[in-house]
Amino acid sequence: MAREMMYGEAIGAAMTEEMQRDPNVILYGQNLAMTERDPMLRKFGKKRVRIAPISETAELGVAIGAAMTGLRPIVELWMSEFMLVAFNQLINEAPRLRYMSGGQVKVPLVFKAGYGFAAGWAGQHSNCIYHTMMGIPGLKIALPSTAADAKGLMASAIRDDNPVVYLHHYMLTLDKGPVPESEYVIPFGVADIKREGSDVTIVATGWMVKKSLAAAELLSRQGISAEVIDPRTLEPLDSNTIIKSLKKTGHLVLVDQATRHASAAAIMAAEIAEHGGNALKVPLKMVTALDTSIPFSEPLENFVLPNEEKIVSAVKSVVARQAATV
Amino acid sequence: MAKKKALTKDRLAWMYKQMVRIREFEERVKRTFVEHSGVIRGHTHLGDGAEATIVGSLATREDSDLAMPSYRCHGYPIVLGTSPRKIMAEIYGRKDGLCGGFGGSMHLADPEHHFPGTSGIIGQAIAHATGAALTAQVKDSGQVIYCFFGDGSTKQGAFFESLNLAAVWKLPIVYILENNHYQAYTHISLEDANYIAGDPLSKKAQAFSIPGVTVDGTDPLKVFAAVGKAADRARSGKGPSLIEAKFYRLSAHGNAITVPPVPTQFPEHEAVEVYGKKAEYAAAKKNDPIPRFRAALLGKGVLRLADAKRIEAEAQAEMDDAVLFALASPLPKPEEAVKYVYA
Repeated sequence: MAREMMYGEAIGAAMTEEMQRDPNVILYGQNLAMTERDPMLRKFGKKRVRIAPISETAELGVAIGAAMTGLRPIVELWMSEFMLVAFNQLINEAPRLRYMSGGQVKVPLVFKAGYGFAAGWAGQHSNCIYHTMMGIPGLKIALPSTAADAKGLMASAIRDDNPVVYLHHYMLTLDKGPVPESEYVIPFGVADIKREGSDVTIVATGWMVKKSLAAAELLSRQGISAEVIDPRTLEPLDSNTIIKSLKKTGHLVLVDQATRHASAAAIMAAEIAEHGGNALKVPLKMVTALDTSIPFSEPLENFVLPNEEKIVSAVKSVVARQAATV
Repeated sequence: MAKKKALTKDRLAWMYKQMVRIREFEERVKRTFVEHSGVIRGHTHLGDGAEATIVGSLATREDSDLAMPSYRCHGYPIVLGTSPRKIMAEIYGRKDGLCGGFGGSMHLADPEHHFPGTSGIIGQAIAHATGAALTAQVKDSGQVIYCFFGDGSTKQGAFFESLNLAAVWKLPIVYILENNHYQAYTHISLEDANYIAGDPLSKKAQAFSIPGVTVDGTDPLKVFAAVGKAADRARSGKGPSLIEAKFYRLSAHGNAITVPPVPTQFPEHEAVEVYGKKAEYAAAKKNDPIPRFRAALLGKGVLRLADAKRIEAEAQAEMDDAVLFALASPLPKPEEAVKYVYA
C-alpha cells in the first residue's frame, strides 16, 4: 500500500520506523527536540532523541564513538555545509576506523543534511559538496530525488553497517509522491530509471532529476526521446545501469547542480569514458552550475544553476551533432 | 568500592608489574630502530614516562570499562590484556599484528579487550570516547569511559566541544589530560594560556562547570585516588571530570621523520634536541616514575627485592618474546589491502 507523502515527511517516516524497529538507533542534532512536545521525543524518549550543542566536531565525532560501541546514531546536521566544520571527522575518522583496525570495528551511522537550497541562501548555505565525499573509501553517499526514494534510502542508510551521508534536497522537501507504507528499503548502488527513452541518456541526482524529467517532457514534444537515470547513491555508484542505457541511446548528458569540477558528473564522466566510452556516438555533455559561488539575488542565482532550458539545449546539441555526422 | 579496586599488596605489585611491562615494551620498540633498522615504518610514539598515569588510572576500572587514548597508545592495551606479541607485530607491520598490519603504531584497536580504537589526529578521539560514553548511557551498561589525551589535544576544538557536550548530557566519562609538557615538539609554555598564566591545565574544567583536578602523574597512587573518585562520580550519573596528570614524556615525540631510503630512527628528546635544556631533561629522568614507585614499595615492605627483580625479569622475557614473535611473523599478503573498506 502506498500513500501520497511529502519528500520531507517520507524521511521522517523512515526514521520513525527504523527507530521503532531497532532500539540502538538514536537521533540528535542542533535545534531538535527542544520541547517536550516534540513528536520524536515523545515516541522515543530523552535517551534516544537529543538536542545537541552547536558543535559539529563533537556531533560527528560522538556519533562515531557511539557507533563503534554499538549504537546506530542519526545526526541531524540540517545543512550539508555544516559538515565542513567537522570535515576531519567526516573524511578522516568515520570511514578510516574500520580499515585501520583491520576490520575489528564498524561505524554504522547516518549524517543527515539538506543541500542545494536554491532559494536565496547565497554563497555558504546552498552548495552541493558531495563530490568532496566521493572516492573516500569507507563512506557511502545517498541522494534521494523522490519521496519514495527518500524513505527507502533512509531505511537503508540506517541499517547499513558503514558511515552514510544522507543528503536530501531542500527544494524537494514539499514535493509529494506515492510512498510504500510498509517496510521499504532501497538497496544502495542501484540506479533507478526515472523515465525510459531511446535517443539520449540523461543522468541526474536530487533536484536535477526533477529538472531533467521536465526537460525530457519538453524534448518529447520535439520528437526526442530522453531516458532519465538517477543513480540514487554516489557511493556505491551504479555505472552499469548508466552504461547499459548509453549503449541503447548512444548519447549522454550529465546534469549536476554542483560546479563543474566539483561535480559528481565529472567523476561519472571518467567512469563512463573508461568503461563505456565506445558507446558514445558523440562526446558527452555536462550541464552543471557555473564556476561561481551561489549568488543571493534571484536572477543571478537562476543564471548560474542548471535548469530545463540548459538541459534541453545540451541534449539537442549532442543529438544534433550526431545528426550532422550521419 | 569494588573489591578489586582495593590496593592490596597483590594489587600494588600488579600495578608495579604493569608499569614495568609498559616501559619494557616501549624500550624494545625504541631499540628496534637500532637493532632492526628499517623494520618500523611511519611514525611511532612512545609512552615512557606516562606509566604511572596509565596504570594508576586503569587500576580503578571495572571489567567492562573502556579505555580510549590518543595515538600514543601502546601502554593501555598492554594493561588491558592485549598480547604484546600482537602489538609489536602490528608496529612491525606484520600479518599477525593486532590490526593485521592495517593500522600500525598509531591506530591500535582491540575491542575484545575494551580498547575500541584510536585516532592519529590530535584531539579527535576525545569526541569518539565521548560517543562511547553516550553508548554506555543509552544502553545503561554501567560502564565508564577512560579518555586519555595529551596537553596538545586541549587546544583542539574537539576537546572543548566534547567536554561541553559530556557535561550537558552528564555522560559517564573521565577525561585524563596527560600533561607531558610537550605538544609534539612545542613546549607547553608556547601554546597554553593556563600554563602561561601560571594556572594548572585542569582549570579548563571550569569552562564546563565540571570538576577539574591536577595530580602528580608520576605517582600511580595519587592518580589512582583522583581518577577513582572521578570514575565513581561518572558511574553514579553525575557526569564527567577532568583530571590533569602532570608528568614528563621521557622520549622524543616520535621517531624522526625520514624519507626513504633513510631509515627511521629515534632522536633525543626535544628538550635537548630543540631547546637545549639538558638540565630540564636530566631532572625529568631523575623523577622517573618507575624507580620511584619501586623504591616506595620496597620501602613499605609491599614488595621484596626478589619480587621486584622477578617482575622485571619476567617483563624483559615477555617483551623479548614479543620482538621475536613480531620479527618472525610474515608480512601481510598485498592483495589483502582491499579488505575491510566496508563492513
